[in-house]
Amino acid sequence: MTLLEASGVETLYGPGCPDCRDATGDRAGTNQCPHCGTVVACAEADLDVEGGEVLGIVGESGSGKSSLAEALALERDPEATVGGEVSYAGHDGNLLDVDYQTRHDLRTGDISLVHQHVRDGLDLEFTGGGNVAEKLLSAGWRSYEDVRARVRELFEETEIPVARMDDPTRTYSGGMQRRVQIARALATDPDLVVLDEPTTGLDVSVQARVLDTFRRVQREEGVAAIVVSHDLGVVRLLADRTLVMRHGRIVESGLTDRVMEDPHHEYTQTLINSVL
Amino acid sequence: MTALSVEGLEKTFDVHVLDDTQVVGLDGVSFDVREGEFLAVVGESGSGKSSLLKCLYRTYDPTAGSVRYYGAEDEETVDLASCGDRTVMGLRGDAIGYTSQFLDEIPRVPAVDVVARPLVEQGTPTEAARDRARELLDALSVPEALWDAYPATFSGGERQRVNLAQALAPDPDLLLLDEPTSALDPETRRDAIDLLETSLGDGTTVVGVFHDTDVVAAVADRVVVLDDGALEAVLPVEAFDGEVGR
Amino acid sequence: MTEHTTTESRDESTGGGTAVPTDSVDAALSAVETEGLSGYNYAYLDEHTKREVRRSMLKAVAIPGHQVPYASRPMPLARGWGTGGIQASLSLLGPEDTLKVIDQGADESVNAANIRRLAANTAEVSTTADTTEADLIQSRHRIPEEVLTDDQRLVLQVPITDALRKVDPSDAANRRRHAHENYGKMWVHLYENVVEYGEINIASRYPTMVAGRYLMDPSPIPRWDVPKLDDADHLTILAAGREARIYAVPPHTAVEPLAFEDRAFTVERFAEQECHACGSTDTYLVEVSEEPGSAAGGAGGEGNGGADDDADGFETRYACNDSSFCAKRRGDPDLLKDHHLDRSGVDWGPATPDADGNGGGEA
Repeated sequence: MTLLEASGVETLYGPGCPDCRDATGDRAGTNQCPHCGTVVACAEADLDVEGGEVLGIVGESGSGKSSLAEALALERDPEATVGGEVSYAGHDGNLLDVDYQTRHDLRTGDISLVHQHVRDGLDLEFTGGGNVAEKLLSAGWRSYEDVRARVRELFEETEIPVARMDDPTRTYSGGMQRRVQIARALATDPDLVVLDEPTTGLDVSVQARVLDTFRRVQREEGVAAIVVSHDLGVVRLLADRTLVMRHGRIVESGLTDRVMEDPHHEYTQTLINSVL
Repeated sequence: MTALSVEGLEKTFDVHVLDDTQVVGLDGVSFDVREGEFLAVVGESGSGKSSLLKCLYRTYDPTAGSVRYYGAEDEETVDLASCGDRTVMGLRGDAIGYTSQFLDEIPRVPAVDVVARPLVEQGTPTEAARDRARELLDALSVPEALWDAYPATFSGGERQRVNLAQALAPDPDLLLLDEPTSALDPETRRDAIDLLETSLGDGTTVVGVFHDTDVVAAVADRVVVLDDGALEAVLPVEAFDGEVGR
Repeated sequence: MTEHTTTESRDESTGGGTAVPTDSVDAALSAVETEGLSGYNYAYLDEHTKREVRRSMLKAVAIPGHQVPYASRPMPLARGWGTGGIQASLSLLGPEDTLKVIDQGADESVNAANIRRLAANTAEVSTTADTTEADLIQSRHRIPEEVLTDDQRLVLQVPITDALRKVDPSDAANRRRHAHENYGKMWVHLYENVVEYGEINIASRYPTMVAGRYLMDPSPIPRWDVPKLDDADHLTILAAGREARIYAVPPHTAVEPLAFEDRAFTVERFAEQECHACGSTDTYLVEVSEEPGSAAGGAGGEGNGGADDDADGFETRYACNDSSFCAKRRGDPDLLKDHHLDRSGVDWGPATPDADGNGGGEA
């Protein structure tokens, strides 16, 4: 069952001109249009995600992976011009055209985003439990005991000490804050979670445990995910299929182990070799 | 009954980073695998043994040829060499297993969970999967004290046993083994082979690369001999003298 | 609302000002009292300003609970002392109107008296302490105990206009939340309140949904008064001078305090307490500290709580916070809060449980 299908998704920063797309991308070797100066953060992106599947997006900084993920997660940058078409199971029309209310409803119910920066996703003055509860309360939960029980369950699922539930989030370690983000993202049983650089700023061993927790919960709940990372290890661990991006374009895609072990595109080969 | 039919399988690597050098991994390999059979792939280092397994598992994209997988009786035949990624993902989930000589472990995940993981991913409840994992670790003589420890701290042999247990846990129809016993001492290797034989009694088809000819002799029904990416011979194990390459 | 100007003419030669004799302070003060207000427009504000305030009020009535900006003017009292309320009142008052002003339930407080005097001097209105006689009631921190009618208007002074500021200091972000009815953060505040206290423990400014759409700060009235706004007969105008915002609860508008299904909104409890002066158990009580034997009556100030007798001989007791209704009750202890209405059963406000734990006046 196809959950999300995107075609021709693009994010442009600048005035844009008719030549922007032809003059940028992998072949042109740049993501900035030489005619009008517009930065084509991503363009011509086609992809689809099935229920329960994990799609990885890798690339160096500036490759457009975060722009693409943000467009798919309905995160809006008022500076950007977003184009293309994204259809989503059970929803009529183009997801990129929805009004604020629909977007808000989708974001509190169907599609969750785990932000790269904890501060963008959590209110550090709220308790850890409060941050998770916010998702439920925004989705219309009105029974205190139900909210409480669900928050406790999510803490257990994501391996955050339940005893810390009512402490301010700012007193949590980086790994715990990341888990709170994940617990929050999963709170309303979304069909799709988008993780933007889920391990940035964490120690390697903490990274691994956070990723493992996410992977376990993701499989148990059958939630689909889009994982954006510059770290091939993260994508290798989580993703069933992987897209490789460069200069705002998808240059290669396939099963994750195939992309890692039998990379076809020159850039992917360089990327893999620079790590291994 | 044929389980797998490999025909004209080719794999060429275009290595762009080395001035577009073309490296031939497999050069037109054809053979059949019977259902429930244990087929050993042998050959010198660099003869294409691992490439063959990876092409079957689609970790490598075959350049040409076909790999017909017959699966269960009433299912349609699938060409593993050309079918879509999602078909491959579906088969990997429960029908086809693969294990390399190296354990792809995750730091700070205990051995029992490493082994249970494929079962959990298939939808087995976590506790039931852990029970099955403990059975397998026990059968492979992994000391009980290590079950809840992290494999990163294990010896090479212990890690390989965890790896093997992980491959056997989901009980696949077709199991692809890439040197799963290379780091084991003779005694443990014996356990591993016993376990393979017992667990494979019920119709699992195996294509395996083995470093040791004594293992081949002990477990294999037939032997595929590769030489420089090409098929040299398919022999019954009795006819295999342990000599590879000329 | 009649618009006219005061008839006293200005002393042209002094450019609008008035020469003040400086022989003595008393002389100077009396000069100001007699002459200082001459030259001002009727009801202090100029007609255009009053019209602009009324337009903002109409918009506020049209969008219940929504904060409407207006050009808050400097007033002859400091911002934060009821400048929003007085601008709203003066924009509404006409010479036929009767005004009541209370500060925390008391008509006698200095601030209430000053506001009342300003209105009486500039708008020629009559004033009263009797809730049922007032056409317009300006109040800080309370809604009277006696039921307001559809002939009456209540103006509440507002120090902080946005209930959301408690959870996010950014007004820009909060305006977006209001626009999209996105009140998740306020709900988290309630959730954390229950985590901490076992119940929602918000003393005043209780976050309240108006007409099922906008979250409103009902001004620092006690929880006791919040239910009085629900489906009320009267119009409530809430006005903030410092923040230059007006919002309103029109008559018969649904007003619902935020609460969980299993952690209900509750009003203040005064278990087994009654007003020491009138004996009421169904009014909002405050602790007052008085010299023993001093004149009884409703009190404006907050009590200092604690022991019944302070070391300096002061006595702490409970008293009605609404002083004018307390005075009536002292004459007639059975007087109902809706005694002045033709209909019965519209008694409003919560009832204080009596000593047996039974509810009071309200059904």
